[in-house]
Amino acid sequence: MQKFANPALFLKLANALIPFAWALTAVLFAGGLYGALVTSPADYQQGETVRIMYLHVPAAWIAMFAYGFMALASATALIFRHPLADTAAKSAAPLGAVFCFLALATGSIWGKPMWGAWWVWDARLTSFFILMLLYLGYIAIWQAIEDPHLAATIARIVALVGSIILPIIKFSVEWWNTLHQPASVLRMDGPSIDKSMLWVLLVMALAYTALFITLLLVSMRSEIAARKLRNLRLSEIRES
Amino acid sequence: MRRQLMALVKRDLTLARKQGGGLGAALSFMLAVVVLVPLAVGPDLNLLARLAAGLMWLSLLLAVLLTADRIFQQDFEDGSLDLMTMTALPFELVVLTKALTHWLSVSLPLALIAPPLGLMLNLDVNQLPILWAAMITGSLALSLLAGLGGAITAGLRRGGLLTALLILPLYIPVLVFGISVSAATIGPQSAWPSLLILIAITLLCLVVTPVASAAALKAYLR
Repeated sequence: MQKFANPALFLKLANALIPFAWALTAVLFAGGLYGALVTSPADYQQGETVRIMYLHVPAAWIAMFAYGFMALASATALIFRHPLADTAAKSAAPLGAVFCFLALATGSIWGKPMWGAWWVWDARLTSFFILMLLYLGYIAIWQAIEDPHLAATIARIVALVGSIILPIIKFSVEWWNTLHQPASVLRMDGPSIDKSMLWVLLVMALAYTALFITLLLVSMRSEIAARKLRNLRLSEIRES
Repeated sequence: MRRQLMALVKRDLTLARKQGGGLGAALSFMLAVVVLVPLAVGPDLNLLARLAAGLMWLSLLLAVLLTADRIFQQDFEDGSLDLMTMTALPFELVVLTKALTHWLSVSLPLALIAPPLGLMLNLDVNQLPILWAAMITGSLALSLLAGLGGAITAGLRRGGLLTALLILPLYIPVLVFGISVSAATIGPQSAWPSLLILIAITLLCLVVTPVASAAALKAYLR
């Protein structure tokens, strides 16, 4: 890990990886969407609406994964003083917020025909909404504090304290008896979802993950560029 | 060590009493909420009785949040906090003491007054003891979390709105279980499980928030 602490090396690596990451994302989305919209069967109960699931579930996974990543990066920054960890956490936050919004929006669109309401105050939905708020708070910290070092330190604390929400979201469908269906893929006794749907879902999950990683690399690259620009401007001011 | 901490408690309590604007303002805010609610939702007594416990929790939550910036901001600005880092005491303990003093001077009195105020909203008298128990327990967690919010925004010029954005999500568990304690007296289930979870949340806050708040304050003081 420490080898990639050098931003120049990271930039070189990112520049080499990003085209491939985009290509991989495109291929996975093409395959996944074809599977989701054409080959996978309609549900016997939900009909065609079930296809929203292929967009909804991976978005929710990535939204949670992104927060976990953010918390982990913050912990790495705190413990190992890894210079790129804060950049990674900062870049992951807006991405996670967008995936979170996507999960909430697609869930809402699915909920209207299925549950008869755009929004219900069930434990899973509510805890996911809190996740969205936590993302916004984290982003606000970076914007409110001008000194980047100070902002990084405070943001680490916010990310780590907020990570308490992740287990609450994961188990909210089991601890409370809720409207949202319980987990059907990530469970102890193996997935309970039908095979024909499972592989499409997994391809979509991979596609979303690839998209997240691609965007994260792009975002980190521009973050490093912004930092360089700031330092250049500062040294210019000092010289004049 | 105990003497130093007691001196800190005494100082903060004196400041809270003499300064004004803390408990008094929070209490007035609470009263204003109680007056505004029947105007907003209509004076139907049955409806108000159903809403009363939740509304009192909500007003307690917001009133404590309003006083969050008082815990550290002034001491940060006039340099007292700098001196406190130089004492032999662990800074986490200082931070915890200040949050506890905030509880003693603001949250606890509010938690004691809120349930009787609820009677104005047609709160069922039988609900009073359980609501007291839940609010006294929960208000400690609220104060500790308010301390965390105050610490995170201590060095910012306009931290108020940011504090609300950061801390309200963390208040939600307290609110959820606080409500389920007071709802339990109406429903068939016992209030005990929810009250125990509320106590667990408070204990968790007692452990986590001083460490996090101290880390944030140290970053600002450096």
